[in-house]
Amino acid sequence: MTDIERHSYDVVVVGAGGAGLRAAIEARLAGKRTAIICKSLFGKAHTVMAEGGAAAAMGNVNPNDNWQVHFRDTMRGGKFMNHWRMAELHAKEAPERIWELETYGALFDRTPDGKISQRNFGGHEYPRLAHVGDRTGLELIRTLQQKIVSLQQDDFAETGDYEAKIKVFAECTVTELLVTDGRIAGAFGYQRESGEFVLFEAPAVVLATGGIGKSFKVTSNSWEYTGDGHALALRAGAKLLNMEFVQFHPTGMVWPPSVKGILVTESVRGDGGVLRNSEGKRFMFDYVPDVFRKQYAETEDEGDRWYTDPDNNRRPPELLPRDEVARAINAEVKAGRGSPHGGVFLDIASRRSADYIHKRLPSMYHQFKELADVDITKEPMEVGPTCHYVMGGVEVDPDTAAAAVPGLFAAGEVSGGMHGSNRLGGNSLSDLLVFGKRAGEGAASYVDGLAERPAVAQADVDAASEEALAPFAREGGENPYEVHSELQQTLNDLVGIIRREEELTTAVKRIAELRARVDAVAAPPGRKYNPGWHLCLDLRNMLLVGECVARAALERQESRGGHTRDDYPGMNPEWRKVNLVCSSSPAGDVDVVRQPMPVMPMGLQHLFDRAELAKYVTEEELTAYDAAPSGDGAADEEEEN
Amino acid sequence: MGTQRHFRIWRGDDETGDLVDFDVEVNEGEVVLDIVHRVQATQAPDLAVRWNCKAGKCGSCSAEINGMPKLMCMTRMSTFGRDETVTVTPLRTFPVIRDLVTDVSFNYRKAREMPAFAPPEGVAPGEYRMQQVDVERSQEFRKCIECFLCQNTCHVVRDHEENKQAFSGPRLFIRAAELDMHPLDAKDDRKEVAQAEQGLGYCNITKCCTEVCPEGIHITDNAIIPMKERVVDRRYDPIFWLGRKIFRRPGMPEKPADGRRG
Repeated sequence: MTDIERHSYDVVVVGAGGAGLRAAIEARLAGKRTAIICKSLFGKAHTVMAEGGAAAAMGNVNPNDNWQVHFRDTMRGGKFMNHWRMAELHAKEAPERIWELETYGALFDRTPDGKISQRNFGGHEYPRLAHVGDRTGLELIRTLQQKIVSLQQDDFAETGDYEAKIKVFAECTVTELLVTDGRIAGAFGYQRESGEFVLFEAPAVVLATGGIGKSFKVTSNSWEYTGDGHALALRAGAKLLNMEFVQFHPTGMVWPPSVKGILVTESVRGDGGVLRNSEGKRFMFDYVPDVFRKQYAETEDEGDRWYTDPDNNRRPPELLPRDEVARAINAEVKAGRGSPHGGVFLDIASRRSADYIHKRLPSMYHQFKELADVDITKEPMEVGPTCHYVMGGVEVDPDTAAAAVPGLFAAGEVSGGMHGSNRLGGNSLSDLLVFGKRAGEGAASYVDGLAERPAVAQADVDAASEEALAPFAREGGENPYEVHSELQQTLNDLVGIIRREEELTTAVKRIAELRARVDAVAAPPGRKYNPGWHLCLDLRNMLLVGECVARAALERQESRGGHTRDDYPGMNPEWRKVNLVCSSSPAGDVDVVRQPMPVMPMGLQHLFDRAELAKYVTEEELTAYDAAPSGDGAADEEEEN
Repeated sequence: MGTQRHFRIWRGDDETGDLVDFDVEVNEGEVVLDIVHRVQATQAPDLAVRWNCKAGKCGSCSAEINGMPKLMCMTRMSTFGRDETVTVTPLRTFPVIRDLVTDVSFNYRKAREMPAFAPPEGVAPGEYRMQQVDVERSQEFRKCIECFLCQNTCHVVRDHEENKQAFSGPRLFIRAAELDMHPLDAKDDRKEVAQAEQGLGYCNITKCCTEVCPEGIHITDNAIIPMKERVVDRRYDPIFWLGRKIFRRPGMPEKPADGRRG
C-alpha cells in the first residue's frame, strides 16, 4: 500500500461552503482542533452561486415581520412536509446569524436608516432577504472565509502557527467515512494536487457537502455537486430523508446550449420581472393553486400595485413558491406556447428602467450580456426549469444536527427535513448559517462527552484505499464521462420535474444497469490532478444518490412540492404524515421505508388558520387541532419573541 | 451543426510540458471552457483544469487564452475567427501543478497576512448602522471573485519571483482599501500596513490589473491610487512624522478625524 498522510483532529468538516465554514467557526470557537476539507479551492464553493439573499425576519423593511410569519411561510412553501422543529429554529435564529456576519465584516445593502436592507422573494410574505445586489452568496462565503482567516491569525498570535487549531485542506475529497464499533472514527480521502491519500482520525465529522445536481443533465449546480455527503452518510449507516423532493428552479438559462441550466435569480421577479408565453400573456395568473389563492393577486393591476403598496394588495403570482412556477413554465412549453429555445420569456426590460436593472441585478446583466448576447435592459430573457436543490438529505436531530451514526453531523443542503417538499428562495443561505452553527456546536459537545476516541481500523483504511484505486486497475474499462452523461440523461428524462410510475420503474432499472457500468469505469493513468479518476469516484456517489431519488419518487404516490406525479396529481393528507427514509446495505442496496412525520406541537399549529391547515392535514389531525385550547401554545410562543 | 476548430493546450507539470494540438468540435454559443471539457471527455480524459460555477462567479477557471489572462467560462468562441487557433496556457505567474492548473497558494498566504476586519468595540450585533453610500465603495472591492488574474498579470511578480516575498499584489490592495473604507472597521492603519508590509510602493500604476479584472473593479483608480495618496499625505505630514518618530513605526497611534472617508 502507498504511504498515507495522517492527521488527527477533534472535528473534521467535510465541505467548505457556507454550512461547512460556519460549522468550522463554531467548532473552533468551542476550542476544538478543526479541519476543513474543501473539494475545490478555499472560497469557491457553490454557495457563491446564491444570488438573491438570506431570509431572516429582522423586520428592517416591514416591521410586521417576525419569526412566526417566517415560520408560517417556510411551512407553506414546504407544503407542511418540513420538520417543524427545524423550521422553528431556523425562523427564530436566522436574524442573529445574519447580524453576526456584520461583526465578521460583511457589507449588506442598507435601508435609508442604515440597517440591513431586505428584498421580496417568492413565498415570503414580507421583504425578508438580506442581500448584496445579486451576489449575496459571494458575500457570505467571503465573509466566512475571512472570519476563518481571522481566527487563524488569532492562533498565530498565540502559538506562532496559523494552522494550530484550524486548517483548510484545499482540493481534497473524502471518499469514505471510517466507522469503528458503530461510531465515527475518521475520514479517508485523496488530495487532488498530488493524488496521494490522506487519513483524518477524528471522532466527529460534520457533512456539509451540498447537493446532488450533477446527477441531472440540466442543472444550476457545479461539478462538485455529486451527492458525496449523501452517499458517505448512507455508506456509514446513516439515513436519508425524503430524497424524492428535488427543486427545479423555474428560471435557468435555456440558450445557448452550453449555459443551459445556469441560474437566473428569482430577484428578477422579486424586483418586478414577469413571465410571459409566446403569446405575450402573463400566464402565471392561470396557475395559482387553491392553497395559495388567498395570498396572490388575481389581476395584473393588483399584482403591479403590490410592489409599491404591499399592505393593500396581494403579490403577483410570478412570486409563488418555486415548484409552482416551475410546473407552470413546464406546462406552457408543453402546450406549445414556449419561447424559440424551449423556455418562456422573463421580462424586466419593459417594466423597470435600465438604471434600476443595472443597480439591482448587475450580475444578471453581465451573465446575459457575456454568455447569451442578450441585453436584459432591452429585451426579455428566455428561461426554463433547471435542477437546483435537493430538499431531501441526511436525517438529523434538529437541535444538534446529529445523524443516526454517533459522531456524524450534517448541515446545509446535505441535510434533510428543514425545507419539507420545497425550499423557499432565500431560506438556503439562512439555513446553512443556522444549522452550520448548530452542527459545529453539536460536534464539539459530542467530542466533549466522549470517554475515549474510537480508533480507526487499518482494515478499513486498506479497503478505502483499494476502492479508490480500483479504477486504475480496469484496463479497457468504460469512459467515465460517457457513463456520467448517461446517468444525467436518465435522471433528467425519467426522474425529472414531472414523473410517472412507468418512467420511474424504467429509471430504477436503468440505474441498476448503470451500476454495473459504474463498477467498470476506468481511470486514465497518473494520480496527480487527474479529473478522469476523480469522476470515476464521484460516479459511485451520484449513482447511489440517484437511485435513492428514483426509488423514493416511485414510492410516494402523490404530488407535493418538488415531487410531481402525473399519475397521482394533488396532495394527499395521508402522505403528508409519511417520511420516506432511505438506507443502504454495505453492498450498496438501497432500501426505502415509511416513517411517521413528527407531529407539530399545538402551539405552533395554532399559528395557522384552521381553514389553511385543513388544506394540508387529515380529518383526524383537524380534530386534534380543534380539541387543543386555541391560542394557548401560540401565546407562549408569541411571548418568547 | 458544429465546426471543427484547432486548439493548442499546454500539457505538462512543474518540470516539463508542451503545447498539444487538438482538433475539436465547437457549437454555437460555446465558451472556451466547454471546448476544454469536450477535449477532456473525448480525447484527453486526464486533462487537468480547474472550474466550478461556469458562470463567471467563482473565479476558478483562470487561464491565458492566446496570451490574455481570462476566465475560460466567460470567453466565448465567437470572439475568435473561424480559422483562428486558440491557445490555452496556464497562468504564468504561478507554478504549474498539472496542465492548466497552477499552484495559487501565494494568494492565500498573502491573504492570511492581511490583518482581518476589526469589529468596532461596544457595537452589538444587530446595531451596526451604515449608509448605502458609505458601503458602496467597499462593496465594489467585495465583488472580487478571487480569480487572481490581477495577481497573474501584475508585472511586479509576473516575471519577478524575487518580489513575491515583499509584494502582496492588487487582490490584496483592494482588500486593504475595502477595509480602509469600511465605515465601521476599527483598525486605523490600513494604508500604512499596505505600504510597510504589503509592498504597495512597488506598484507603479500601469493598470494592467484593472484591465484584466472580469468583475470590472477599478482596482487602480478606486483602490490603489487612493491608498497611495493617503499614504503620501501622512508620510509627509509633520504631525504624523512626529508620531512615527515617537512610535518608531509607520503605524499611526490614532485614526485622524478625516481618515476614513478621505
